[in-house]
Amino acid sequence: MFSRLVLLFSLLFVPATQGFAQIPMGEASTAKEGLDIGVSTNEIAITSDFRGADLTVFGAMTNADELLLAIGNYDIIVTLEGPRDYSTVRKKERIFGIWINTDSMIFEQVPESYSIASTRQLDDPTQLPPINTAGVGIEHLALNPIGYIRDVGELSDFREAYRRLKLSSGLYQKEASGVRFVSSSLFRASLRLPANVPDGVHIVRAYLFKSGTLLTQREIPLRVVKTGLEQAITDAAHNQPFAYGLVCVLIALVTGWGASIVFRKD
Amino acid sequence: MWIKHLHALFTRHVRHFPTTAPDKRPIACRMRLFCFALSGSTVTIYLPIAELSVNIFIILGMGAAVGFLSGMFGVGGGFLITPLLIFYNIPPVVAVATGANQVVASSVSGAITHFRRGTLDMKLGTVLLAGGLVGATVGVWIFSWLRSIGQLDLFISLLYVILLTTIGLLMLQESLRAMRKAKLNQPLPLRRPGQHNWVHRLPLKMRFKKSKIYLSAIPVVTLGFLIGILTSIMGVGGGFIMVPAMIYLLRIPTNVVVGTSLFQIIFVTAYTTMVQAATNYSVDIVLAFILMVAGVIGAQYGVRVGQKLRGEQLRALLALLVLAVGIRLAIGLFIRPQDLYSVAVGGIGY
Repeated sequence: MFSRLVLLFSLLFVPATQGFAQIPMGEASTAKEGLDIGVSTNEIAITSDFRGADLTVFGAMTNADELLLAIGNYDIIVTLEGPRDYSTVRKKERIFGIWINTDSMIFEQVPESYSIASTRQLDDPTQLPPINTAGVGIEHLALNPIGYIRDVGELSDFREAYRRLKLSSGLYQKEASGVRFVSSSLFRASLRLPANVPDGVHIVRAYLFKSGTLLTQREIPLRVVKTGLEQAITDAAHNQPFAYGLVCVLIALVTGWGASIVFRKD
Repeated sequence: MWIKHLHALFTRHVRHFPTTAPDKRPIACRMRLFCFALSGSTVTIYLPIAELSVNIFIILGMGAAVGFLSGMFGVGGGFLITPLLIFYNIPPVVAVATGANQVVASSVSGAITHFRRGTLDMKLGTVLLAGGLVGATVGVWIFSWLRSIGQLDLFISLLYVILLTTIGLLMLQESLRAMRKAKLNQPLPLRRPGQHNWVHRLPLKMRFKKSKIYLSAIPVVTLGFLIGILTSIMGVGGGFIMVPAMIYLLRIPTNVVVGTSLFQIIFVTAYTTMVQAATNYSVDIVLAFILMVAGVIGAQYGVRVGQKLRGEQLRALLALLVLAVGIRLAIGLFIRPQDLYSVAVGGIGY
């Protein structure tokens, strides 16, 4: 852990000193801004008492223009994207008094979970310059339906419902002020992983914006794994379903049989 | 009327359940302790297949409560466990498959008792089972198909509403009539099952020695088949329907009915558990184990309370309970959902 921290800080400060070396030459505007990030951990374990987890992402801007930095023209967005899969959204309608799923739409390869933290409010139009590039943010995630769509208005309804449901389930999260500058170029982002976070490889992405335009981005994989017994059970259930089913039945038989012995009167 | 029989049969077998070394504290006191333990703590446990964290005490409480009721009323409890799990936000897919697994445990001890006492017709049970296994296979197909078109939750709820309200109303009517009669001190007229009906004119007759009956295999296999479908779609054992059908439709002697149905239930629920595990990966062993352990313990206390109550009062209570669960599910179907949309991970044919 300590060695990792040392590594992280050397990572942060070495490019920064290089940057300073160039500033006195009066060429700060031509040097390209860079971004480096590090994560507090690269693996999150889902244990039997898992109730969600916090993830801290550290990062540093390099070659930042001091003036633009001072007036807050740089923006940083950090996202944590879950594994991608197809997603089906269904809509209920009332038929004979009963609410029945009548319509559905399948979106291709969308992240199962998505957390976003940023230096300022993303969808606030009063704050300039606006940031909405590169598909960053829950509102800009690509939601491409599969198959024939009869009605475009319907499509936007389904997209809107998808985002709303994901947000309310906690799988999608936005933290407007989740990114804080620790010093002029060093920042820290806090992301929250919900208790129902899917396991698999997640991707931490950091984006650097200058005056609302995307300059550069960095990404680091983060593995979310079920540990110990949970992992063994999930693996068994999916890889050896027959043996798993057999064990389930045997446990039930032994429990029932055991109870009839334990609670026998004689 | 059939319910009276059913109850008498069930209680007979349940009362044979021996009870634990007596805990001298009154039951109410122990219940209070239990409730205290329930309210104060939030120890979560992660269910690996359902993929969510739950409060272990709520699951234990559910298992114990259903076990208690199943001991008290002499029923399997699958029809209560599955809706309760659904109310507690366990995905219906997991609730049904896990419910079937739990029924295996709760039926085993009863079946052992009947086997020892010789009130189990193996041959009849095997014929029922043959139908049951086919039914369960078809049921799992229907289950997977309904899941892929997004109508599974609705279908499970609908089946439960229909079954629970019908049975609940029948039982309530019967027990109220019995209570009125008991008040007037009239002896209950015990209607003897008639000797023959259309079922007995069917071909393919077989002799079942233990039951001392000569009966066509067709209605037996059909009954097993239908119960098998219910097992895999609803996660119940189906004794609730099978026992009265065996008595009143097939005219099987009442002394072998419960044992034989339990025999069929064990194998069909075990088979359903296997098939669900293999096709839908939806049996949660952690959830099932907690329910089983709590259930078998709860049943012991339930039996004792059941012995103190009068038969018709007991049946009226059970009827009200069954009705309440059915109505609760029905309300869920009719009121406008908070959100008309729902999201599921996966695309076509998941």
